[in-house]
Amino acid sequence: MPDQRANSLRSGPDQNGHFGIFGGRFVAETLMPLILSVEQAYGEARNDPAFRAELGNLLTHYVGRPSPLYFAKRLSDHFGGAKIFLKREDLNHTGAHKINNCMGQILLAKRMGKQRIIAETGAGQHGVATATACALMGLDCCIFMGATDIERQAPNVYRMKLLGAEVRPVTAGAGTLKDAMNEALRDWVARVEDTYYLIGTVAGPHPYPAMVRDFQCVIGEETKEQMKAQEGRMPDSLVACIGGGSNAMGLFHPFLDDAAVAIYGVEAAGHGLDKEHAASLAGGRPGVLHGNRTYLLMNDDGQIEEGHSISAGLDYPGIGPEHSWLKETGRVTYVSATDEEALDAFVMMTRMEGIIPALESSHAMAYAGKLASTLSKDHLMVVNLSGRGDKDIATVAKFRGEGGVS
Amino acid sequence: MSRLSQRFASLKAENRAGLVVFVTAGDPGRDVSQAILNGLPKAGADIIELGMPFTDAMADGPAIQEGSKRALAAGMTLPGVLEMVAAFRQGDAETPIVLMGYYNPVYIYGVERFAQDAAKAGVDGMIVVDLPPEEADELLTPLSRSGIDFIFLTAPTTDDARLPVVLNKASGFVYYVSITGVTGTVSASEAAVKAAVGRLKAQTQLPVAVGFGIKTPVQAAAVARHADAAVVGSAVVEMVATGDVAKVHQFVAELAAGVRKARGH
Ligand SMILES: Cc1ncc(COP(=O)(O)O)c(C=O)c1O
Repeated sequence: MPDQRANSLRSGPDQNGHFGIFGGRFVAETLMPLILSVEQAYGEARNDPAFRAELGNLLTHYVGRPSPLYFAKRLSDHFGGAKIFLKREDLNHTGAHKINNCMGQILLAKRMGKQRIIAETGAGQHGVATATACALMGLDCCIFMGATDIERQAPNVYRMKLLGAEVRPVTAGAGTLKDAMNEALRDWVARVEDTYYLIGTVAGPHPYPAMVRDFQCVIGEETKEQMKAQEGRMPDSLVACIGGGSNAMGLFHPFLDDAAVAIYGVEAAGHGLDKEHAASLAGGRPGVLHGNRTYLLMNDDGQIEEGHSISAGLDYPGIGPEHSWLKETGRVTYVSATDEEALDAFVMMTRMEGIIPALESSHAMAYAGKLASTLSKDHLMVVNLSGRGDKDIATVAKFRGEGGVS
Repeated sequence: MSRLSQRFASLKAENRAGLVVFVTAGDPGRDVSQAILNGLPKAGADIIELGMPFTDAMADGPAIQEGSKRALAAGMTLPGVLEMVAAFRQGDAETPIVLMGYYNPVYIYGVERFAQDAAKAGVDGMIVVDLPPEEADELLTPLSRSGIDFIFLTAPTTDDARLPVVLNKASGFVYYVSITGVTGTVSASEAAVKAAVGRLKAQTQLPVAVGFGIKTPVQAAAVARHADAAVVGSAVVEMVATGDVAKVHQFVAELAAGVRKARGH
C-alpha cells in the first residue's frame, strides 16, 4: 500500500540521498560523476536477479551465512534479567560483519569494470575483508590506514599484506580512521578511471550509506527469522555498537517499522563523555564531512575534532547520516559505553561464554548488560556481536597491565 | 559591476590572462599572512584566492594541508579570515578576493550571517570544494542576495552532458581543475589545457580560470595562453611556509611576469 510506505521509516533516503537534512553528496566535482555512476550501477545491480543470486551464493558458501543467533545463557543468568541472544557476526569468514558489505561492493566494482580497489580501515577488519574480497576476485587492493591504528592493530595489518594488499600508512591528523578516509578520497580523485572506493560503513556520499546498509541488512533479516524459529516471536530489543554505524544499521533497519521493538545504538564514550570520546550523537552537532551531512565532533569554528576510543573501529568523529536522522526522529535510542566498561564486558563475555568479542562489539555488550539487568526474564534481547576479538588481545593485555602478548 | 567582472573586463582590454594567487589565511601566522596578502596586488596578483583553513582538506595535497595546519595552529578562525579581508580592503578597493575552502566551517558559522558578514568584509566570490551544484543552493542563495559570486569547479571528469548542471549555477568565473587529482601534484599538458578551455568556452560566456598543478612561471605562461586566468596555489604556499614575505612576493612577481608575457607582448 503506497500510503503505508510513505509512513515507513525504511523508505529513505530520497533520490538525492537525503535522510531529512542528513546525508547528501558533499564531494568535489572531480568525484561527482563517479558517485553518480556508482549510484546508477548499484541501482541496476540491486534489481538484477543474477547479481542477487551471485551475492547470495557468496554469502552462503564463502562467508558462511546465516550466522547463528546464540542464546547466551550464562551471561543472561549473570545479569538476571532479559534473555540475551548474540548475533554471531564474529563467525563470518574474516571475523566480522564487514565482509557482508565487501561481497556486495566487490561484485559491483567488477560489474563496473574496475581493476583497483581502495578502502579505509580503522580496526583493520574492513581492510582485511576488502583485501580478502580482492584476493578472491583477483583485483588490486590498496588499504589506507592511520599510522596510530597500524600500531594498535598489527595482526590485521599483516593479514592484509598476506592477502596481497598494499597497506598505506596515513600520518596526517591523529593517524586514525578519519585521516584514512581523507587519504582514500584523495587517492580516488587521482585514480578515477580504474579505481573503486569500497567504503566500509554507512557513511560517505550517497549512495554509500544506503548501499552499505542494504548489504548489511542480511543481519537483521536473519535475526527476525531465527528469533521466530527459536522463540516463536519478535525480539523485544536490539543493541549494537556504532562506529560509522554499519553493523547497527544492518541489524536495526529490518525492524524499524516494528514499533514494539526497542532499539539501542551504543557509541564509544572513550574516557567519558565529558572527556575525550568518539560519541558524535551525544557530543557533536550536525555538520558536513566526508561527503555527507551528519552529527560530527567539532569545535565552535567548525573544525573537526579527533575521536577517541580504545577501539580503533569506533574511533571516528562522525556517524552514518541515517543514524543522525533516526536520532532526531526518536526511533532509535542512542547511548554510550566507556573504554573501561567495554574492557569489562570484553573480559566477561570471554570468561562466561568462551567467546572473545571485538572491542567494538564489547561496547554493545557493556550497555546490553546494564539494560538486561533492569528487564524481565521473558524479555528477548539481541546483541550484535559484530566481530571477534583476536585482533584486540594486545590492546587488552596492555590495558590490564599483563604481559605475554606483544 | 562587481570587482570580479571589472577585473576580467580590464584583463580582456589588456589582451592578457590574469594571475590568481592562492594563500591560506593565517598561514604561517596572522601578521605575516596579512603582510603577504596586502602585498599580493603590487607583486602582480590580479585576483586573490584566500584559503579558509580546515582540518580535513580532502581535495588538497600535502602543501595546502600543511598550510591549513599552520594557520589553525596559529589560531586562525573563519571570523579571523573575514577580519583579514576587511583589513586588506582598507588599502585595496579593486583586487577581487575569492574565499576558498570546505563547507563545514561556513555551515557552522551560519550561511545567512556568513553571506552578510563576508559581503561587508569585502569578499567577492566563494569556492566551496565540497559543495557540488547538487548541494550548493543552501549557500548559493544567501550569497547571491549579498552579491557574492559562487564559483564552481569543473574537472576533466565533468563531461559535456554534465557541464550545464554546473554552469547553470555558476557566476563570476568558472574554475577548471586541470588534472584529476589533489592540489600540488601533477600538471596538465598545455594541449590538454587548451582543449579543455575550448570545451568550456563552447558552453559558457564566463571567464575560465585554470588551476591545480601550476608551479612555475613557465607553466603559468602556458596556461595563460589559453585561459582567462591561471591559478597558482601549492607552489606559493610552499614559499609562505618559510615566513619570508619578500620571498613570497618575489615569486609572485615572477609568476606575474610569466603570465603577462604569455601572449607575446
Ligand atoms: C567488529 C567491528 N564492529 C564494529 C565496527 C564499527 O563499524 P560499524 O559501526 O560501521 O559497524 C568495526 C569497525 O571496524 C568492527 O571491526
